[in-house]
Amino acid sequence: MTETIESVSQIIIETLLENPKVPRNITPESKIIEDLEFDSLAVMNFVMEIEDKLDVSVPLDRLTDVRTIHDLAEAIISLK
Amino acid sequence: MDIFTKFQPLHNAFEQLMSISKHNPFGTTIEKMISPTIGVINGRQTLLFGTNNYLGLSQSDAARHAAAEAAMQYGVGTTGSRIANGTYSLHQELEQDLAKFFNRRSCMVFSTGYQATLGMVSTLAGKDDYLFLDADCHASIYDGSRMSQAQIIRFRHNDADDLRKRLRRLGDIPGNKLIVVEGVYSMFGDIIPLKEFVEVKKEENACLMIDEAHSFGIFGEHGRGIAERDQVEADIDFTVGTFSKSLGTVGGYCVSDHPQMDLLRLCTRPYMFTASLPPEVIAATKANLEIIKNHPELIHKLMDNASRFYHALQNAGFLTGPDISSVISVILEDLPQASQFWNRVLELGAYINLSLPPATPDNRPLLRASIAAAHTTEQIDQLVQIYIQAAQDVGVALKI
Repeated sequence: MTETIESVSQIIIETLLENPKVPRNITPESKIIEDLEFDSLAVMNFVMEIEDKLDVSVPLDRLTDVRTIHDLAEAIISLK
Repeated sequence: MDIFTKFQPLHNAFEQLMSISKHNPFGTTIEKMISPTIGVINGRQTLLFGTNNYLGLSQSDAARHAAAEAAMQYGVGTTGSRIANGTYSLHQELEQDLAKFFNRRSCMVFSTGYQATLGMVSTLAGKDDYLFLDADCHASIYDGSRMSQAQIIRFRHNDADDLRKRLRRLGDIPGNKLIVVEGVYSMFGDIIPLKEFVEVKKEENACLMIDEAHSFGIFGEHGRGIAERDQVEADIDFTVGTFSKSLGTVGGYCVSDHPQMDLLRLCTRPYMFTASLPPEVIAATKANLEIIKNHPELIHKLMDNASRFYHALQNAGFLTGPDISSVISVILEDLPQASQFWNRVLELGAYINLSLPPATPDNRPLLRASIAAAHTTEQIDQLVQIYIQAAQDVGVALKI
């Protein structure tokens, strides 16, 4: 199956919702730091989970431009 | 909105902490040192279990005399960088002593341990290289990785299989690979399964750097760290460490057999663009290294103390980290409980460290005790009793 930004965004949202502390109403446009109240460590730990689900490595420097779930999905697609 | 607006969340978090904490856990002041294990805090003699003075050498007579003599002979500062006027024969002698101690070809001495890891990580990994960092590596390693411009990939803590998976994921992408790990991790005091990491390094043709900050002077027959203990020193490309723990002073080093090490003196910015260590610190460090060489019983005393403390905590029902090392942490539930516990321990006469997320793994607050060879058995037992009393007083549930 070819992954798209939309399908990867959906996987990210599903993974995030496994954490009961994450707001239920998140969308691809939700900001990871501001809307999810993740600190830098929580972001890195969460990205590690996504990496393993999608079998991709996201170098940490790529995360500096990532604000939203959609941005993260876009970064992952560009690496695959 | 001003330049400080972005610190508002930090301000709020600190205010929240101070609203429930009588003393500032990040502002403890030691008013006087009585001995390596006793200091005066808030006007009271207090047991010191929150220093990294693992062998008690910050107070060694040999180091004090050496420092005083060096200050009289050379003055109290070099006022310059190692590559300008800041290299005295003392600096070169210490580098030779350390290289010899580690059986390595060369050694670079830095002004702090932070700068040693910052400098080595940021310089060795270039723009097209890949850095593989343990998830729980120290801030200096992560800061160095950001300076490096390399691609940074984080692997699960102490998990060599996870590292292997991430290295293999890269496939045939060009670029050198540098794996960075620590001998003992500073928050839980847990120890790396180093042989497993050496296997991965060999399979994947990567370089391996180990930070032995919390294991130098503590593990291995001669105190050279976890690599010595696990008999894999020949497979380590770069060993970095600090003078500010077992050696009792301040500074950092990197030892290596790589013949090009001297080139790094000309391109490692945290080595080049800062003043070198003052003569008295170098002389004190040299003196304390001699003590470590000649007194292996210090290591045994430290490990006996650590083992006694660890097992007493476990028997009392505290949740601890997985390994016995010079750092022994108790894992607590939440910030209010951890803060109350830390304050109560201080009131009962012992200083330990309160470590809070995001600096701690798994988002859990830790009470972190540093165990030293200089602690007496009675002081260890006293701390255990203080922990048990504090747990009762603040309602920490113990698993008996």
